[in-house]
Amino acid sequence: MKRVAPPGVERSRWRDLDRLLLRSGNLVGPGFEPGEEVKEILHDMLHVLVIGAGGLGCELLKDLALTGFKKIDVIDMDTIDVSNLNRQFLFRMKDVGKSKATVAAERVMQRVHGVSVTPHFCRIEDKPPEFYQAFHIIVLGLDSVEARSWINGVVCGFLEYEDDGSVKQETIKPMVDGGTEGFKGHSRVIIPSVTPCFQCTMWLFPPQTKFPLCTLAETPRSAAHCIEWAHLIQWGQVRGAEVFDADVPEHMKWIYEQAVARAELFNIPGVTLQHTQGVVKNIIPAIPSTNAIVAASCALETLKMATMCSTGMSNYMMYMGAAGIYTHTVAYEKDPECIVCSAGVPVAIEESTTLEELMQQLCAQFPEKLATPSVSFQGCNLYMRGIFEEETRPNLAKRIIDLMEGATSGVLIVNDKKLHGPLRIQLSINAAQAMQT
Amino acid sequence: MEDKSKRYDRQIRIWGEHGQTQLENTQVCLLNCGPTGNETLKNLVLGGIASFTAVDAATVEPADLGTNFMLDADNLGQTKAKCVCGHLKELNESVNGSFVDEKPETLIESNPSFFTSFTLIIATQMGEASLLKLDELCRQSNIPLIIARSYGLMGYLRVCSDELCVVETKPDNKVEDLRLGAPWPELEKYVMEFDMNSLDDKTYKHVPWAIILMQAARKWKDEHGGNLPSSYKERNELKAQIRSIRRSLDEENFDEALSNAHWIWALPTIGSEVRTVLESPKTEVHSSSSDFWVLAAALKNFYAATGDMPLEGSVPDMTSTTEFYLEIQRLYREKADADIAAVTVQLKETLNEIGRPSDAISPEDIKVFCKNARNLQVVWNTKFSEECEGSAAVGAELTRLMGLEDSSANAALYVLLRAADRFNATHGRFPGFFDSELDEDASRLKAVAMQILADQGVANVSVPDDLVAEMCRFGAAELHCVAAIMGGAAAQEAIKIITRQFVPLDSPLIFNAMSSNTTLIKI
Repeated sequence: MKRVAPPGVERSRWRDLDRLLLRSGNLVGPGFEPGEEVKEILHDMLHVLVIGAGGLGCELLKDLALTGFKKIDVIDMDTIDVSNLNRQFLFRMKDVGKSKATVAAERVMQRVHGVSVTPHFCRIEDKPPEFYQAFHIIVLGLDSVEARSWINGVVCGFLEYEDDGSVKQETIKPMVDGGTEGFKGHSRVIIPSVTPCFQCTMWLFPPQTKFPLCTLAETPRSAAHCIEWAHLIQWGQVRGAEVFDADVPEHMKWIYEQAVARAELFNIPGVTLQHTQGVVKNIIPAIPSTNAIVAASCALETLKMATMCSTGMSNYMMYMGAAGIYTHTVAYEKDPECIVCSAGVPVAIEESTTLEELMQQLCAQFPEKLATPSVSFQGCNLYMRGIFEEETRPNLAKRIIDLMEGATSGVLIVNDKKLHGPLRIQLSINAAQAMQT
Repeated sequence: MEDKSKRYDRQIRIWGEHGQTQLENTQVCLLNCGPTGNETLKNLVLGGIASFTAVDAATVEPADLGTNFMLDADNLGQTKAKCVCGHLKELNESVNGSFVDEKPETLIESNPSFFTSFTLIIATQMGEASLLKLDELCRQSNIPLIIARSYGLMGYLRVCSDELCVVETKPDNKVEDLRLGAPWPELEKYVMEFDMNSLDDKTYKHVPWAIILMQAARKWKDEHGGNLPSSYKERNELKAQIRSIRRSLDEENFDEALSNAHWIWALPTIGSEVRTVLESPKTEVHSSSSDFWVLAAALKNFYAATGDMPLEGSVPDMTSTTEFYLEIQRLYREKADADIAAVTVQLKETLNEIGRPSDAISPEDIKVFCKNARNLQVVWNTKFSEECEGSAAVGAELTRLMGLEDSSANAALYVLLRAADRFNATHGRFPGFFDSELDEDASRLKAVAMQILADQGVANVSVPDDLVAEMCRFGAAELHCVAAIMGGAAAQEAIKIITRQFVPLDSPLIFNAMSSNTTLIKI
């Protein structure tokens, strides 16, 4: 429940923040106008979404509430576990088993009066794009590449372009992202079409260690090999169709015992229950201080984005706290051919190419992204799966140049179940043949 | 107890049970309960320290409710230290908390012995004069002190301690200690007797790359007067020799051997940090030397006798049969154990010489010390007085930083923060306290900053007017987000000091929240 401010407090409460918002500055963002208006925008108009109510999420909710944001939503599918309590400071022992989003929202509203936090206890994929469309800024406190890619696809999918290829400003939805591992972390600002999106800089995420199956089956050398053998091979062979669930203690114990037996057979030391859990759940070690640093940096950038009261981060900060403190702030560049955020991926076809041939060509070019594509041009469906399939099927045999009414270039929008947002194809038709014929 | 290991699981994976035990024995004193202090303490209470004492004389006012998460509207008018203490204790029921309703500055003057009962002091939002005394006080009692400060869109962080000796520095890029170019006799014997040619194709694919490389290195040395390849050309020749004994192109062990070939000639070095330890006069130990220095003295003797560090003893994973890999692992472990035994002999002698029992240092501590010998580090932080009272080192560093494009702004912020403190000492308020005097304060602040630069002997540089104006605009605001960043960093340093793992800061740090970067002022 939102708490109301005691009378007379609200005015003087933001004294420190008001130094930035009511005073003009020399080092500020474009168009910054100090005064009551910018305060009103921050306090009463802007609606932000926090994705994740875990280590970063708890910090983010606190930081945003104490930075003057008063309309906040938070989405998280997880429930509270004992191992969260060393850093997810909004939770208590008595909350174990409850929804993270719900408890976090309640605690922040209890402490910071005047703020309204709306929880969503569900998966991010359960919400339609319109849900995300409704927020002004989206702040990410996530721990997986998959979830980041998903929301990235949705947010970049909002982008619309003018005919000259320039982006429609009102379709840009900014994101702020943070991540941590041990004493290391990063924060970054993503303004789709202006700064790189996740897909543009996918190489920043380290590859996950995966062991070859033959090593696990034939030549195990480490405790981790024995554990993964029990997890990936032995479980299926012995327990058959039973779905493995790392949160069921009996399942974890079984994996651990199998791994111990395997290790004894090969004389390999080091299998412990703690190690088993770490390997099977792919646990990322986490401490409160790094989360605090990264989340606060993200919240600060959210404030700058919302008010322009200071220069913004450009556009990625890496924090390394293990040996002294070292940070590296760098402006990464967009990938002009990014298939998620760019105006379009250039694709050249022949004049004779039909829609069906083009779709085959695209599937071959982007095997990871496309399997069953639907295609539209300037808002008109060229080929759609589902209920419009029959209606649009005759287009498959038609030449693209005819479907585009003679134009030799244009942007096609391709959708596919495998994609999180639309793929833009900047098509150019090789018209040299046309002139000859 | 089981709940405890579950509760702290994610951090025990970083600093181990022994690190956690250190944390659980720590008594922290926090000076000033603003957001910077509370955020620092919050992170430590969550981590499971033994206890904390919060010191602050202020009462809760409305402006606290816009920056401080450890206070709420019901606390208005009450003692800040008491309210903060109550909210912090809710975070972890196994942590004891108490409060002292006094000004830290007063306590330093009136009751210096108050501070000696703690294992760590965290001083936040305090000015130069009190910090100078506190630093002296803490050094006398050998208690580490962390100074943290948030000021508008900037922050300052510093560790004060005469020396912090770290065994488990846990470097990010660990150099594998494999000695491929110069194996010890037992390893050499195993490798030379290893007959690759007689293996069937499947087993051939599972010869560990360490063996492939050691055989290649041995052969090279035999053909080149005992020398390893030294030029780019020679190294390529050696790689070509390795390629020539492949039987097929799908041998992953050979791919690994080629990409690891540099370990033959890139022998693990003895870094400057370890050298500093070995060459320190502190290795001339006596009865009251700390265990670290006694171990360092033994290590120094070992190094003098063998010309090398104790072997680390671990082997990275590599394509191999289980049997080959475990055999190599055993050889490395046995050599490491032998080195530990040799260091232990040295150590017992040293302990005898200084009149301590020969078992005064546990075998576990000796083992950990030997395994980490190559990465030992001692961090020294200069006295706070050296930073404040003008010294050639500070002047030289400021001159250097102000001449660099990416650090000049942060060096200027450093000077301006100190100027703001002096301004406060003179005027009884920080610059930019009144809206009506922003411009006047800017000229005054700049004059003080220029005086500080002159005192430090920094000539021909100025602090940019833009930054002077911003410092006045900040009006000493303690913004929650900046406080959370400084508090997070301060807590991280505290953890490093308490667990004696990773490497603490060795110089003052400036955080610039405008450009999101940091600069160390290396004094």
